[in-house]
Amino acid sequence: MTIAARDFRELRLEGMSRNFGTVNALKDVTLGVKRGEFVALLGPSGCGKSTALNCLAGLLTLTSGSIWLDKTRIDELKPELRGFGMVFQNYALFPHMSVRRNVGFGLKMQGLPKADIDRKVNEALNIVRLANQAEKLPGQLSGGQQQRVAIARAIVIEPPLVLMDEPLSNLDAKLRLEMRAEIRRIHDLIGSATIYVTHDQEEALSLADRIVVMRDGEVRQVGTSEQLYITPAHADVADFMGYRNIIKSTATPAGGKIRVKVGGAEIDATPIEPVTSGKAVVAIRPDELHVDPNGPIAVTVDSAQYHGHDFYCSGKMADGTEIYFRSPARTKRGDTLRLKVDPARALVYGDQGQ
Amino acid sequence: MTATADNSRAADSGATLSRWLAQRELDRVTLLVIPAVAFIILLFVYPFFYGLVLSLQPKTGDWLANYRKFFSDPWLYNTITTTLALAIPSTIINVALSVPIAMRVRRLHRRRILTTILVVPITLGTVLIAEGLLNYLGPQGWFNRALMFFGVIGSPVRLVHNYTGVMLSLIISGFPFAFLLTLSYITGVDPSLEQAGATLGANARARFRHIILPLLAQGLAINICLSFVQTFSVFPSAVLLGEPAGATRVISIAAYQAAYEAYDASMASAIAMIMGAVQLLIVAAILATRSFLYRGSAGSGKG
Amino acid sequence: MDREDTISGKLWATSMWVLIGFFIVNLLAMIATVVVNSFATRWLGTWLPPGFTTRWYVSAWQEFQLDEVLITTFQVVGAVVVLSGLLGVPAAYALARRNFPGKQFVILLFLLPLMIPPITFGIPLATVLYQAHFAGAIWGVIIANLVPTVPFVVLVMIPFIEQIDPRIEAAARVFGAGTGRLFIHVLVPLLAPGILAALLLVLVRTIAMFELTFFTAGPSSQTLVVALYYAVYAAGVRAGQSIDAMAVIYMVTTLVWLLIALRFVDPTQIVTRVKQEAR
Repeated sequence: MTIAARDFRELRLEGMSRNFGTVNALKDVTLGVKRGEFVALLGPSGCGKSTALNCLAGLLTLTSGSIWLDKTRIDELKPELRGFGMVFQNYALFPHMSVRRNVGFGLKMQGLPKADIDRKVNEALNIVRLANQAEKLPGQLSGGQQQRVAIARAIVIEPPLVLMDEPLSNLDAKLRLEMRAEIRRIHDLIGSATIYVTHDQEEALSLADRIVVMRDGEVRQVGTSEQLYITPAHADVADFMGYRNIIKSTATPAGGKIRVKVGGAEIDATPIEPVTSGKAVVAIRPDELHVDPNGPIAVTVDSAQYHGHDFYCSGKMADGTEIYFRSPARTKRGDTLRLKVDPARALVYGDQGQ
Repeated sequence: MTATADNSRAADSGATLSRWLAQRELDRVTLLVIPAVAFIILLFVYPFFYGLVLSLQPKTGDWLANYRKFFSDPWLYNTITTTLALAIPSTIINVALSVPIAMRVRRLHRRRILTTILVVPITLGTVLIAEGLLNYLGPQGWFNRALMFFGVIGSPVRLVHNYTGVMLSLIISGFPFAFLLTLSYITGVDPSLEQAGATLGANARARFRHIILPLLAQGLAINICLSFVQTFSVFPSAVLLGEPAGATRVISIAAYQAAYEAYDASMASAIAMIMGAVQLLIVAAILATRSFLYRGSAGSGKG
Repeated sequence: MDREDTISGKLWATSMWVLIGFFIVNLLAMIATVVVNSFATRWLGTWLPPGFTTRWYVSAWQEFQLDEVLITTFQVVGAVVVLSGLLGVPAAYALARRNFPGKQFVILLFLLPLMIPPITFGIPLATVLYQAHFAGAIWGVIIANLVPTVPFVVLVMIPFIEQIDPRIEAAARVFGAGTGRLFIHVLVPLLAPGILAALLLVLVRTIAMFELTFFTAGPSSQTLVVALYYAVYAAGVRAGQSIDAMAVIYMVTTLVWLLIALRFVDPTQIVTRVKQEAR
């Protein structure tokens, strides 16, 4: 196995900003990525994640800020001089070249002798498990196969950094799951750093060592999967991470803790942002609300969808606000239930007036 | 009993007929194509065959007399080389220049102003360009004046009523066409292909050579064919701006003279056939050369 | 990504801009010469004429009988536009929506008159029209000009119609529209911009179409461009200024319609009639 990522210690993004006319697509993004790390840039469309990736690749210039690879400043280099591998959303395979020539293109640009190119291309194709398709044209391959060629083409040049721009979004659900595992396997095998752009939080959670949640060009939170899942730092991050219940509320202090109004009831909760009293927002995951006849929150069920293991329900609370929860028992429209939640899992944020 | 059997059999054959028609998508909508097709067959295909037959029925001599006459009289057969001497260089200049200029211009924001200006000569047509050049390139015209003013030449250069004038008019009317066609092919190449090439270490020249040019090959071949065919049929400029009895006696002039001066429709048709045949030969040669190169789409080939 | 950093890169880029600038400057100067000359009292041996007048326009109008010529031109162009639309649009619809045996052959049939230049098929066509006693009169000219324009309309309209989702028509039928109402309420509004664009392009091209009219016109059925040709051809006899006055009238006529057409169409569509891709 001779394909291995070039050595480096850290990639630093310092205050990276990019404007398009009056639109600030990226605002002052600062981040460090170590060799071997798998970092996901996660956020809704328009959050700036693809812009950040394109700036890293050199396909866009920075309006301000800088990018460093160890001691070398690279943001003023053209893309062909940076040596990063990139996998595009639409694969961008050269339609007039066979798989072999596609994968070998970067090596040809480096001026390697043909024998070396052939050897490395074969290795890369073995890694992505496409060795017997080497002479085909991209048009003759399926979406998943094209995706693998794109990956092989990016890793064969042994880059320190591999950039991936929503590579799985054009595949069907089953293929996406398979390719997800493949991407992680390949990343571990060659030991490069990978920066992976996606809008799918499930994908980010399952693949990344660290996740960078972005919104409107800003970094909202950087953390591991667990950190983002258990303690999202802001209400919008919580919303994106699957905390489907984002409830406007008022907070009152109680001893060392905090109490919030939810659906007319008062419950104990955990402040994440510094809120002691006044307007607040409470975030609760649907699966962390439990049906309990003695629970504080009264709900009238609106809809209940059977999901095998339990029912996904939505209902209205006493003050008319909607709430989403899961119920293990058979539930139907019109039922009245009571819910409770562990105070540690009711997260309170300041009301940003969203 | 038999009545219903007959009815059902009739209904069956009716059903099979309509199913046969439906499978081939032949219905009332398809019929809409008939008037236009009839028109073209009547007024394009038929005249072609009529002309072909007419060319084989000369006023005097056997059925090949026209063609024999054409190829034995230098006054006639030299028109082919004269026309090629105008058509081939102008086509090469027009298409070759269109590529680097289109590459440069394709990212321009105000591209529409440029393309609008370039559409003007195509719209104005060859007659007006001939008249314009007669004025502009004449010995007293602005072009010669400017050259003398900047000391490039001492006395006026002869640019009209010769080969040069016709050549220049072919470039003025032909370059915009070649350019717009090339531009549309170049902008049809997926930009992410170039981006991918850049991330893989290809600089601008390498990207052009390995990525863009192969994908343009088919479009350029079509461009050359269309441009050549246009320049080969040069007529009003060769008469007004050139030397119709000398250096720019092109084959269309020979055809015109046979038809409207000698009133020999048979000979005129023969010359028109020869014109078409020469164009066809050269187009076939161009396309055959291209088929050694890449054949495919300029998209990303998504499965 | 296209930043030019090297000196040779910058030089190359500049020379490309110089070339295209040179082309445009000369083009505009050429047009300006004609315009200036048409207003000149006389013009020999000086940068600009000594005096200006509009009398050449009056004299050209009379000399070349421009009132008749313009009427003929608009009759021909109008008829060609209407007829090519009536023949071409239904054919385009059929080709866009149905895949019948022989479809490729039909498309080839429509491509040929566009790829083969007018001179090559113009002479046999004129011969046939003379035999049928159409040529020499305005109907001969109209028919001859229809030969390249009907296919043009078809080929311009096909991608336009293909862009309209056929399920819209199916939806209209599901909601109870018969063929007539489908046509009026759904198809015509959706197709109108495309038809307008195609017909405007036909108009512009036909005004400038020289060879076909030249071969089929009689003395009273000449269009403006043919009359201009004859005037330039006999240039020794007439004053250059009055010829240029006629040329300016021709230019204004074509360019006015070009500008109108460009409000609806991208300039490249005048040219890329044989490209299959719909943008």
